[in-house]
Amino acid sequence: MRVLLENLTKRFASRSEKGKEITAVNNFNFEIPDGQLVGLLGPSGCGKSTTLNLISGLEAPTEGKIIFGDRDVTNLPPEDRGVGLVFQNYALYPHLTVEENIIFPLQNLKGKKKMTKEAMHAKAMEAAGLVQIERLMGRKPRQLSGGQQQRVAIARALVKIPDVLLLDEPLSNLDARLRLQTREELRRIQRETGVTTIFVTHDQEEAMSISDLIIVMKEGVVHQIGRPQEVYDYPVNLFVAQFLGTPAINVLEGEIRGGKLYIGAEAVLDMPGKPDGQVWVGIRPEGFILDSDGPFTCRMDRVEVMGRDVSVVCTHEKMTGRNLRAIIPSENIADAGKKDVKFRLKPFKVHVFDRESEARL
Amino acid sequence: MKKENNWKAWLYLMPAIIFLAVFMVYPLIDVCIYALEENYSFAQGEATGIGLANFRHVLTDPYFVQAVKNTFLIVVITVPVSTGVSLLISLGLSSIKRLQNAFQTIYFLPYVTNTLAVGLVFMILFRRTDYTEGLVNLLLARVGLGGVDFIEGPYWAKMFVMCFYTVWVVMPFKILIMTSALASVNPDYYKAARVDGASSFRIFRKITLPMISSTVFYLIITGFIGAFKAYSDEVALFGTNLNQAGMNTIVGYVYDMLYGSSGGYPSYAAAAALILFAIVFTITYINLTVSRKTVQYV
Repeated sequence: MRVLLENLTKRFASRSEKGKEITAVNNFNFEIPDGQLVGLLGPSGCGKSTTLNLISGLEAPTEGKIIFGDRDVTNLPPEDRGVGLVFQNYALYPHLTVEENIIFPLQNLKGKKKMTKEAMHAKAMEAAGLVQIERLMGRKPRQLSGGQQQRVAIARALVKIPDVLLLDEPLSNLDARLRLQTREELRRIQRETGVTTIFVTHDQEEAMSISDLIIVMKEGVVHQIGRPQEVYDYPVNLFVAQFLGTPAINVLEGEIRGGKLYIGAEAVLDMPGKPDGQVWVGIRPEGFILDSDGPFTCRMDRVEVMGRDVSVVCTHEKMTGRNLRAIIPSENIADAGKKDVKFRLKPFKVHVFDRESEARL
Repeated sequence: MKKENNWKAWLYLMPAIIFLAVFMVYPLIDVCIYALEENYSFAQGEATGIGLANFRHVLTDPYFVQAVKNTFLIVVITVPVSTGVSLLISLGLSSIKRLQNAFQTIYFLPYVTNTLAVGLVFMILFRRTDYTEGLVNLLLARVGLGGVDFIEGPYWAKMFVMCFYTVWVVMPFKILIMTSALASVNPDYYKAARVDGASSFRIFRKITLPMISSTVFYLIITGFIGAFKAYSDEVALFGTNLNQAGMNTIVGYVYDMLYGSSGGYPSYAAAAALILFAIVFTITYINLTVSRKTVQYV
């Protein structure tokens, strides 16, 4: 089912200042195509969870419309929308067994949709099979590990075969190894069911690795929507560029003069056709090539070994933030090791942004 | 912990142990002795023998039988009613946002009000005298009823006032405990249940109630024990001569046997007290057994 948000806005009364309003979700207009896995990405407090609550129907929007398929669900209560929701803390009913938890949504069906006990059991087993927890059906949530609890929560959300599956920070309560495993699982489950899935995360790596589409937001405003690689390669503004990628992009003060990009006194790259002016220069860590004839000179601080690659940590007077970080293949490191280190830049990995508006040039 | 330091632990425990020994253990043993000594006389300080005669006397005493009947009625009526009504009020309180604190304070007031003062107010509300019908009777007269003296009239009327009063007095504490139990339920469960399409009644039955069941159970057990020990409330409403009013309770009977106008029989008092203990013990045991199957400790 496609999900369409039209002018969706949610304002809250401020908790700290009386009479003031906070706009958690500001005029959202986007469409999520059917059957996609979408990552809603942004720093804490940017309105991701509010967006999820609006889509699920737990909160009512101040303005705007939410449309599932061709159905306007804006004024429908959660249970009539056909959504499944997985909470960050899973919210499994602690007094019910795994099976009772999964069956719970089915028991609430009324009228024509009412199911027999056998049918409910069969459905529950099916959902449990999907997340591979059939053997845990008799246990209570507290007897399960974090990863297992999450599978149960997903099974509960899927048992009614929702049109849209929503997950709030699905991986944040898992340890690092399990997180990697589980995100593969999420991808697999989504592929198998084909349910349009929206998950909220503040972890850009998580969002990039499994999403078909990522939506980057900040302070209630959507900054960019696109395929992960696309957003990474063509960030629309400085915020998106900085938010995506680990290690983070290096941001330096620069200037465009006569079709050349200057950092300090050095003309580091040709930029034909770009207007003259002060800019922010974003260089991805993987955008550096060690070259003793390179145009860009930095002062070497240290080299961090990462195995296949090494991270060259340098300083540069025009650098914002502390250190400039370049990732280069470890076999090339013999060329460095001097006080000053010279780089050539990959044009594709260098982004320039307007100094005032921070928009991509 | 090292063994040689044990004497220190005992030293720290000593004040409590001495206190308990003097005021709990010794009296407990003494009560058992009193209960078994036949024809004990205060004046001479001696008994004629050992046996169960005191229990036989107490169990056949019509006043005691009446007291047991009254106590059981009060327990059976007030514990479920007060717990149920408190739960309803707590649910109401936790679902409103505005004036929640104000209402909470109002509901809690009876808890900090003197029993005897409350009893006096109830008397004024319910009593019929030569000069006035009493407020409740006046109200009843409006709907064509009334003319009942709730304080010195028929047994059912007195029992009604008694139970009404008891429920009113015990509710504040229960409301206080239950509202905090309700507040401690993670709201995510309710959100999850709403997304799962549960009706509010089903949410209450399947989620809220199990989540606060240990609190409800605690209130039921303490409610039972408290109601079995009822006495002062009866005095507040019907005065000290409860036997004459036909409203005595087991604890009241024990008191009467010791200090009342017909008192001076510590053996009978002790026997009655032990019978009460046996009853409370049995009921609590049954409660615990039932709860093990139904209460969720989460």
